Amino acid sequence: MSSNGLLIDYEYCTGCHSCEVACKNEHGIPLGKWGIKLTEVGPFKVTDDKFEWNYIPVPTSLCDLCESRVGKGEKPTCVHHCLAKCMEYGPVEELAQKMAAKGKKMVMFIP
Amino acid sequence: MNKEWKHDNEDGSYTVRTCGWSPPGDHPVGCGMKLTVKGGKLVKVEGDAEHPISQGRLCVRCLTLAEYVHHPSRIISPMKRSIEDRGKDKWSKISWDEAWDIIVPKILQLKKDHGAESIVVFGGTGREACLYYYPLGFASIGTPNVCYPLSGWSCYGPRCAITDYILGAGYPEIDFAGTFPDRYDNPEFKLPKYIVEWGKNPLMSNPDGFYGHSLIDMMKRGTKMICIDPRITWLGTRAEYVCQLRPGTDTALAMAFLNVIINEDLYDHDFVDKWCYGFDELKERVQEYSPEKVAEITWVPKQTIIEVARIIAMNKPTAIQWGLAVDENPNGVQLGHAILSLGAITGNLDVPGGITLGAPAALLGKWRMDTRSNISEELWDKRIGAKEWPALANALATTHPDETLDTLETGKPYKLRMGWFNSSNFITATNSAQPDRWYRALKSLEFNVVQDCFMTPTAMAFADIFLPLPTFAEHDGIVITHFGRNPVFLGAMNKAFTVGDCKSDIEVCIELGKKLHPNMWEFDDVPDFFSKQLKPELGIDFNDLRELGVYQPKYTYGKHEKGLLRPDGEPGFNTVTGLVELTSTLFETWGDDALPYFKEPPYSPVSTPELFAQYPLILTTGARTFTSFHSEHRQISTLREITPDPICELNPVTAQNLGIIEGDWVDLENMFGKCKMKVHLTPCIHPKVVHAVHGWWFPEKPAEEPSLYGVWDSNINKLVPHKHIGKLGFGAPFKQMICKATKRAARED
Repeated sequence: MSSNGLLIDYEYCTGCHSCEVACKNEHGIPLGKWGIKLTEVGPFKVTDDKFEWNYIPVPTSLCDLCESRVGKGEKPTCVHHCLAKCMEYGPVEELAQKMAAKGKKMVMFIP
Repeated sequence: MNKEWKHDNEDGSYTVRTCGWSPPGDHPVGCGMKLTVKGGKLVKVEGDAEHPISQGRLCVRCLTLAEYVHHPSRIISPMKRSIEDRGKDKWSKISWDEAWDIIVPKILQLKKDHGAESIVVFGGTGREACLYYYPLGFASIGTPNVCYPLSGWSCYGPRCAITDYILGAGYPEIDFAGTFPDRYDNPEFKLPKYIVEWGKNPLMSNPDGFYGHSLIDMMKRGTKMICIDPRITWLGTRAEYVCQLRPGTDTALAMAFLNVIINEDLYDHDFVDKWCYGFDELKERVQEYSPEKVAEITWVPKQTIIEVARIIAMNKPTAIQWGLAVDENPNGVQLGHAILSLGAITGNLDVPGGITLGAPAALLGKWRMDTRSNISEELWDKRIGAKEWPALANALATTHPDETLDTLETGKPYKLRMGWFNSSNFITATNSAQPDRWYRALKSLEFNVVQDCFMTPTAMAFADIFLPLPTFAEHDGIVITHFGRNPVFLGAMNKAFTVGDCKSDIEVCIELGKKLHPNMWEFDDVPDFFSKQLKPELGIDFNDLRELGVYQPKYTYGKHEKGLLRPDGEPGFNTVTGLVELTSTLFETWGDDALPYFKEPPYSPVSTPELFAQYPLILTTGARTFTSFHSEHRQISTLREITPDPICELNPVTAQNLGIIEGDWVDLENMFGKCKMKVHLTPCIHPKVVHAVHGWWFPEKPAEEPSLYGVWDSNINKLVPHKHIGKLGFGAPFKQMICKATKRAARED
């Protein structure tokens, strides 16, 4: 039985917080709690002219992969509203193939 | 898009499709969304996947719209306050009729006793009010004095003026396939090979109608970025080059790029020969800006300067996007001139994937121009600062902002007596330099009206009448990118529901206008008003636009070749010479150099070394955040959870030397003022530079004077001086001052 997951291309996540707020709206999650939360790695220097700076949203146990929306044929609200369009939802096998195809800066979550 | 813009849902709610603008604020980006209303309350905001630009995406400001719309502090009825109680939280609710019964006689009395010129309308930025505060002044009230109070008019206006004088076209914007329904897949579109972000970070700012995250769309398709910025932003970490320059030295860098491109013969000979005026003079001038010399001035390594110049010239198309840093700089006119010249001589003007040009006349702009006809020649002559600053007065219809403060302070050439503040909260760190000085000067006004959504420091300080504005969800309107100066689309703003007793900008214009200048306002209602703008130019009415959702005008590249930029229909540019003026005929007429030149900022390690010894950090300000639009959004809890405090950025080495650690509060101080901010340490800022955010006040702090919601606490504009502007009247040093940073005693504010 296949699981579904969230695939995030963090080469392009700009740290806009839309996923956080869209999720809070959808599930009525109050201040101090999150269904998906943005994390930040960096910035720090890797070489003289390259900086490491990544934003990665992490789903929490309050995330149900927007079961209700998906049931209506919609995308999870974080995926729908993401400004960088760097999030995808689907069966983990499919997402894993996309992950490998891109080959870098990809993360897949099953919350 | 689906014709049906409103539909009922099974559960008794209904959903309205609309394009967003303001309030709450942002520029005219017009993101598509669906608003669901139940029992008179906004219960859901969802991005509209059918919208050709936003495609379902929404930023946190629209996602928190319901919090804004239904906020308990929102003002949803007109209010009055007696003059003795100015600065006090002592308001009484009134009706609109009662408000007009106070306002109209006062305007008539002032016009009779002191002339219409004694009334000044102050505007803000970015909001829908930008379209309406001029007509409010000229045609509803009948005053020639409409003022954008930012010193040097340092926001968008200079770039518009420079474009007008050098290119004779509408606003230049990078090609993001915005006019094509099929966007980047359209066969006419070419992907930019490189995009240069010059003092601009559109991911957060979505400036003037450009959908910021199109940069990500294009990067995914292969576009490479070059960032010219004192800060290494997130985007900079994904760029091929970051020119991390000393704040305020941009013009030297632009001239060095031109030096390399011209001397290495990398420029587009065809375009230069056919369409440029003054190339030989420019060539001579740029010899003064060798990469070696400019590396010293700007801190950008010589090799980087050479490589970036070659890339810009040798990759077609390359699109250059110029930011607020061009305006917020007394040397900004020269910078803008040099950047346009760069785009021109590399053959990237009005080509697919390059820099698109708007038509010289703004779309839907005719009506705004027509409202000026309500002002007689004699009255128009009284516009503050127009004679002293012709370069500004010719391109823009406002007063000169710095002259307006002088007039308030001195009462010359005449006394200003009434202020109308539309969507402008400028004693905060927004559109004023030395806002504390403006605050003292504005006290001389005997009667003030303020239009806004929430109580603000400016309203608390000055308003005698407060007129509430509805959000974009609560009124009909049109959003047009770049205010019509480079329109990739027009969007229908559809009123979804009503909150309280508010009137939109255009409703106020019409209602007040019909009382004072009825011949200027022969519209039955708001849809009638919009239909009368749309029909003559586009052949559709307001209802047609609602059904279309968005209207994308057809775009024509190469307008200069087709006679589409000049009123006489001849090929060329709508300038004095008919060509792109690398050497400007008009700048010379107005007493500035015809060619670009670099000038040190008024306060800098080079121009004021003794002062810099006292204030050893270069202060740059105003980088945008996702969570606010200028001084807005501070009362929205979800957004304050993300961005709770005003932040200044320091390099970790600098901080260590000053005994400062992450999260400390510091005083930033210079000879003009002082304010406090919370420190964030980052290696992305140069050790000699500090960046401070703008716009901060605190709705949770005491409202009444002297606090005014803590408006003076973290107000970085206090450190920026009045009237240190460019020779043509444009540009103030918001992004290049000096200051020192001192750790505050307690580890909280």
